[in-house]
Amino acid sequence: MTDAQSNYELVIKPSYGFLNINWQEMLEYRELLFFLALREIKIRYKQTIMGAGWAVLQPFFTMIVFTLIFGGLASMPSEGIPYPIFSYSGLLLWTYFSVALTQSGNSLVGNAPLLSKVYMPRLFIPTAPCIAGIVDYLIALSILGLMMVYYMFVPNLTILLLPAILFVTFLLASGLGFWLSSICVKYRDVKFVLPFFIQLLLFVSPVIYPAAIVGENLRWLLYLNPLTGLINAHRACLLGYTPIDWHGLGIAVALTLVLFITGILYLKRTEKYLADLV
Amino acid sequence: MTATKRNEEPIIQVKNISKQYNIGMDRTYKTFSESFTNAIRSPIKSLNSIRSQQDTFWALKDINFEVEQGEVVGIIGRNGAGKSTLLKILSRITTPTEGEIRLKGRVGSLLEVGTGFHPELTGRENIYFNGAILGMKKKEIDDKFDEIVKFSGVEKFLDTPVKRYSSGMQVRLAFSVAANLDPEILVVDEVLAVGDAAFQKKCLGKMGEVAEGGRTVLFVSHNMGAVNKLCTSCILLNSGKIQLIGHPNDIINQYLDNLSQKSSQKRFSPNNEYKGQIFQVALMDDEGNVTSDFPSHIDPTLEIKYILNEKVIGFHVACIISNQDGYHIFSTADTDLNPNLFDERPPGNYCVRVKLPTKWLNTGTYNVAVGIGIAGVETYDRQDAVAFTKHDTGDFGTAKEGSRRAGLLLIDTPWYYIP
Repeated sequence: MTDAQSNYELVIKPSYGFLNINWQEMLEYRELLFFLALREIKIRYKQTIMGAGWAVLQPFFTMIVFTLIFGGLASMPSEGIPYPIFSYSGLLLWTYFSVALTQSGNSLVGNAPLLSKVYMPRLFIPTAPCIAGIVDYLIALSILGLMMVYYMFVPNLTILLLPAILFVTFLLASGLGFWLSSICVKYRDVKFVLPFFIQLLLFVSPVIYPAAIVGENLRWLLYLNPLTGLINAHRACLLGYTPIDWHGLGIAVALTLVLFITGILYLKRTEKYLADLV
Repeated sequence: MTATKRNEEPIIQVKNISKQYNIGMDRTYKTFSESFTNAIRSPIKSLNSIRSQQDTFWALKDINFEVEQGEVVGIIGRNGAGKSTLLKILSRITTPTEGEIRLKGRVGSLLEVGTGFHPELTGRENIYFNGAILGMKKKEIDDKFDEIVKFSGVEKFLDTPVKRYSSGMQVRLAFSVAANLDPEILVVDEVLAVGDAAFQKKCLGKMGEVAEGGRTVLFVSHNMGAVNKLCTSCILLNSGKIQLIGHPNDIINQYLDNLSQKSSQKRFSPNNEYKGQIFQVALMDDEGNVTSDFPSHIDPTLEIKYILNEKVIGFHVACIISNQDGYHIFSTADTDLNPNLFDERPPGNYCVRVKLPTKWLNTGTYNVAVGIGIAGVETYDRQDAVAFTKHDTGDFGTAKEGSRRAGLLLIDTPWYYIP
């Protein structure tokens, strides 16, 4: 043990300051975040036959159903590209987001035994599922790769933007996760609202339909959903068939940052009664 | 780690720590509609979230103490005295309502069985995960991995999911991870209540080692033997306040005395309508001192004072000894060895004593119920009067193990080695 650690003095006081986030402590605990995420990944498909195949099957079969119903029966426009690849490229990011948010939103209550027995940076608990989801995303991404070969899409340089878009989506899912998991500590209503909220969110995100289908005068409403900009940009940067809508992406990034930062602050406020209520 | 003596400043300074809880915490985890209606009904109250006085209680009030480096501090007290709350504040799980604690160093807590274990993960995976939860770095765990596995004795099952482990194996593994943690301050909350005697012994040994290594240990336990053996000082909590701080032996005696005063003697107000009535029951030691705490080799003497308001025939006085689980251990009556007492007894006051043969009873608390009446016909009076505790005195080597022997009885049985 180093001397620096030994002389480190910790003061426990009643209230946390509003902006009193102990970054140094989080840095010290960083490996815990890794282990928490690793745990999520390891346990997700334990005792299943399909294993990680589920990461692919879910978006894949949803894509098939969407293609049959919306692409076939409803003849939904799809920005001039085949409907299957249009919907799958949207579903890919959507699935990551919705699974990450669901698990993140329930994470504090779900880890109640741990939280009431041991101290750790609580921010990690809702963050871990959002990190773990990235693995599923990457597995499912491989199918998109096959589809791109099949439909002969050649990505251009904008594909380099993909990690950034994924990162912003991660921030969005964790930011909302901070909010919802903290609220859930006090109000268990979140457990019922969350699935419902996610279901509705699908219909106001350009997964099934292109954003252009919404009239000019109402489109700003669609852009209030940060996923709109992200899903559009995600699709554009992967498939390279259309330029990236920087405007929409900008709005999404701004909204995400607001949600992420306020989420941290709200969770910090919750922290002082967390172990007593959870 | 080198056990260098640091400066004189205490490693833990606890100043005026208080913790307030809202009574019925369930009520505070509410639904939107509830808080919404509350806000409409009493907007100012919910706005300021003022709680009336009776809705809250102080789990801890004005706790002050200091701990020097290398001390092993036992925290004892009845259930609800605030022991666990204090540990929770010290390990930052919950925040105090008032006051301040200064700590010089990392606090590590020894977790309850299985907290921090994921049932689906293997023993190996859980060692890393649990270690990380306790604040260990991966490298630290790597370095200590073999030691942890060896101490826990689950080598063969390292790659088996923990859900297939017996609870004993889970405890062993959990303790092994925590015991190999190197915090400056180790917090232990009654984990030793589980596991078999051999492992408990191992745990106590490890805790002793930890303390000798210059680290500071805070230890909550109901096991007075362990507290006495391991701790260098002791804090007695009572209703959220510090009642006493001092040498473990003194504090434990004081605590046991407090406990026993309540149940060693009982008086009942007379009622002339009864044909006969018990008016005082007491437990005393061989010297006639009223007490309820007995070393395991001393038999308690039960004294029953009763009054008969009329002449009776076929009357007896009896008592039943039962353990904390409510099982009747034995019963005895004044007429058992003296059937002549079934004959006529005149009205008046009686005082009778019986030495309860408890030599073979295991340590623990026993209730004594006393009754008078006509045998098999009518009960005049019956009282769940008093209780006594048999405590471990260190015979049998049980104190060395720091644990209670299994079984109802504690019998000194000679063993002979055949050469």
